[in-house]
Amino acid sequence: MPDLLIELFSEEIPARMQRRAAEDLQKLVTNGLVEAGLTYAHAAAFSTPRRLTLALEGMLAASPAVTEERKGPKADAPEKAIEGFLRGTGLTRDQLEERETPKGSILFAKIEKPGRPAADIVAEVLEQTIRNFPWPKSMRWGAGALKWVRPLHAILALITTEEGAEVVPLNVDGITAGNTTFGHRFLAPDAITVTGFEDYAAKLSKAFVVLNPADRAETIWNDATNLAFAQGLEVVEDQALLAEVSGLVEYPVTLMGTIADDFLDLPPEVLQTSMREHQKFFSVKNPKTGRIEKFITVANRTTADNGATILAGNEKVLSARLADAKFFWENDLRVAKSDMNTWVQALENVTFHNKLGTQAELIERMAVLARELAPMVGADPDEAETAARLAKADLSSEMVYEFPDLQGLMGSYYARAAGHSDAVAHAAKEHYAPLGPSDDVPTAPVSVAVALAEKIDKLTGFWAIDEKPTGSKDPFALRRAALGVIRTLVENDINLAIERTLWSSEARITESIGDLYNMREEAAQKRFEDETDLKISEVQNPMDEALANVTVTTDIPMPRHEVVSFLHDRLKVYLKDQGVRHDIIDACIAMEGNDDLTLLVKRAKALSETLSTDDGENLIQGFKRANNILTQAEEADGVEYSYGADVKYAETDEERALFAALDTAEAQITPAMQTQDFTTAMAAMATLRGPIDAFFEAVQVNSDNGTVRRNRLNLLSRIRQICISVADLTKIEG
Amino acid sequence: MPDSTSKTPQTPKSFQAIILALQNYWAAKGCAVLQPYDMEVGAGTFHPATTLRSLGTQPWAAAYVQPSRRPTDGRYGENPNRLQHYYQYQVLIKPSPPDLQALYLGSLEAIGINMDLHDIRFVEDDWESPTLGAWGLGWEVWCDGMEVSQFTYFQQVGGHDCHPVSGELTYGLERLAMYVLGVDHVMDMPFNDPDALIPLTYADVFKQTEEEFARWNFDTANTDVLLRQFEEAEAHCKAILDQPFDDPKTGKRIIMAHPAYDQCIKASHMFNLLDARGVISVTERQAYIGRVRALAKICADAFVQTRAGGWSEDAA
Repeated sequence: MPDLLIELFSEEIPARMQRRAAEDLQKLVTNGLVEAGLTYAHAAAFSTPRRLTLALEGMLAASPAVTEERKGPKADAPEKAIEGFLRGTGLTRDQLEERETPKGSILFAKIEKPGRPAADIVAEVLEQTIRNFPWPKSMRWGAGALKWVRPLHAILALITTEEGAEVVPLNVDGITAGNTTFGHRFLAPDAITVTGFEDYAAKLSKAFVVLNPADRAETIWNDATNLAFAQGLEVVEDQALLAEVSGLVEYPVTLMGTIADDFLDLPPEVLQTSMREHQKFFSVKNPKTGRIEKFITVANRTTADNGATILAGNEKVLSARLADAKFFWENDLRVAKSDMNTWVQALENVTFHNKLGTQAELIERMAVLARELAPMVGADPDEAETAARLAKADLSSEMVYEFPDLQGLMGSYYARAAGHSDAVAHAAKEHYAPLGPSDDVPTAPVSVAVALAEKIDKLTGFWAIDEKPTGSKDPFALRRAALGVIRTLVENDINLAIERTLWSSEARITESIGDLYNMREEAAQKRFEDETDLKISEVQNPMDEALANVTVTTDIPMPRHEVVSFLHDRLKVYLKDQGVRHDIIDACIAMEGNDDLTLLVKRAKALSETLSTDDGENLIQGFKRANNILTQAEEADGVEYSYGADVKYAETDEERALFAALDTAEAQITPAMQTQDFTTAMAAMATLRGPIDAFFEAVQVNSDNGTVRRNRLNLLSRIRQICISVADLTKIEG
Repeated sequence: MPDSTSKTPQTPKSFQAIILALQNYWAAKGCAVLQPYDMEVGAGTFHPATTLRSLGTQPWAAAYVQPSRRPTDGRYGENPNRLQHYYQYQVLIKPSPPDLQALYLGSLEAIGINMDLHDIRFVEDDWESPTLGAWGLGWEVWCDGMEVSQFTYFQQVGGHDCHPVSGELTYGLERLAMYVLGVDHVMDMPFNDPDALIPLTYADVFKQTEEEFARWNFDTANTDVLLRQFEEAEAHCKAILDQPFDDPKTGKRIIMAHPAYDQCIKASHMFNLLDARGVISVTERQAYIGRVRALAKICADAFVQTRAGGWSEDAA
């Protein structure tokens, strides 16, 4: 069976797009071929800075012939109708088949669609692919209209069989497909004629082109680690950089260079960031000192001087870069040591969000909140406030202006240089954490206070101005902030009634942007006016006919309420990832004190664990049965059975046993709940399973004796009351 | 003069030798070697030979040195590679020829960069000029890790799609020359031949002006005057283009795209000066840029109505 080789040869494709482009090429071409009936056995796609390549093995030589049957008019239909059908099918009258059907004699056409040779199909599919390629950004060049990521120079499209190779007949806007490619831009620039994929790969390899990006990455990483190892050093791993650098070269040559002594005292993160961002260098660390002393650069070629000129050039460029960094670092240290507050003052001119004021206002709010939070998270209030005031000072520093990624980290260095405590310095770096679901949460109390203050202010603030996340849009990363709050509290085992803190945060936001209640009211009015096309001021009578069909929510929920619900929603996602079912979480959210997220999580986990046991699962059934009987009886009788059952009216052993079990369980559950020991409480609750089952087995609740019946219903009420004191089990499904 | 096809380029010894080599190279490749535009601009792109000539259908090939001013980059001549006044070398060819990359690499050889010893790379860098309402795709070109040029295929200028597409090459001359000459501080760079009777360094030529302009740009320029001039230029630009296409005196169709564009350039430079004086806040900044872009747009609109911009009596 034939093989297919396609190469699209262009000017340099941005590194970040290559991998995806190779995948898209494979997907678009193979989908197109298969759709046209051309199946294949195996496909592989590759990319280099100048080419996208697709190789298919075992492709059909032609698409299979297809026979299509088409139903026509009746045999005795007017001549015109039959003529039309013949035109449509391209057949003659005698080629039609007459078939008797319940509706009479009908004409049928059998249209034979012959298979098409692979070359024609490939040409068609490849042209479509080129013209509709999903580049993130594409361009035109010269006088043409074709779009590609950068000018497209050549198309290689070859179908190879045992008899030989055939060029696919294709011309796209003046570029004619052929059987030639080109080697490395400098080391082997001449045209290369190929006969198939194996020949292509072998010839490219000789022409200094490593086709497979994975091979290039592997070569780079092996060479880099070997170079470093030989000098007792190690390369700092950076997968993203490795992928990028692999996309910048066709023939990687790894070189190790030295960082001039002048710069070795810069913070390692500064060295690393400057080298990675500006120069795409890997950092090389001395494991004994932890310092970054050398760098790895990857050239795209060999040279007669073994890279000496290239390395010298790179070292020189790096020195110029690091001279800038050193200049920033030294200037910043000077400012930090004299007074970090000048940086904070400068933030009065920097907007945080145009509706939420400046960075300086944000800092003021954070400082108040951090101070309030301090006692609850075990931090010193003065220290927490100072830390909050300084946490964002580095946004004014030159280093962070140059390298925004170093925010926080530089703040830590500068705060320490300014003589602040380690706790304050750490908070500058850690208050941004966690940055993602797998990032560590801060644990030091001062950092926790500032981190929570920052995120809580953010949530309240953006809710106050109605900028909440919708669908896939979350431009201010509020979901991340909410998860950050949840994880910081839960993982540090901090009990905090967060609604109170949110309420305080609302007051701070009000100071910044004006009365929130009024703003909310205006928002509600606007919503009303938008939805009804009425002006509030024009609505005289609330029973107005125009309002008859209007169902507008005029509630004015404050941010704190909405943020608590949002936190609950995020908590469900967080717990679901840990295997806790949503109905279990709902059962716990329904309880008093649900704004203490740590408590909520403990309760949910304990309940989840209990329900996963045999006793727990059956207890739920027993509870539900009790609750159903009780609810029905209460509805029917119009009373609430909560007067307490008395054991003296018990008639059976099972009944008496249940009384005893409830007493025992309650004696354990009440103190356990007071100390939030949900595991003990729920274990005690689960012990009720046996007595409850036995009770229902032996006892008929609806006794003829009214007193006995009432007593039993009151007994069921005790079951409900005890169980519900642990979690709202009515919310449990199943 | 180096032969562009030679594999053994001579190494230039001075800043001006590099400029001359580029001039000769691009002249040999068929470009019209123009002179700098006689107004203050922030970059070679602002020269009407690039901005306006990249519009419309007429073929174009030009190369020139453009003195460029970036007031905020002034460092009193003390920073090894930051200047408020520097030179750019600019090449614009429309339509972009298929071998533009090769032509460009030839120019590096022409100034003494040995292709067999250096590592040249084309690294993604999309170009956008919010003040000109222009964008293009291309690369920054790296030589041994140093950015030596910008290489851009113009897609849009002044809000108009470029058809055909121009290829633009921009060389930062000081930086490139420092690299080729092996100089670490721009002020130490020989401006003319170091063996000349009167050898001059870059400092001899520009150290004093860097100091003077840095002081003026940062501390002394009268912001009221600058602001007024910005507004005058803006109003003037619009007023010029409000004139009818046909000149009542000569009876000819004379659209004054270039005079109007001069005012756009002036407004842009006034904005840069105001920015350096630190009197433009972050929010105002966007508004000013938008105002200059609006001028660039109407100038572009006007230019495509002219003969040089591809307008013709027959088509109209």
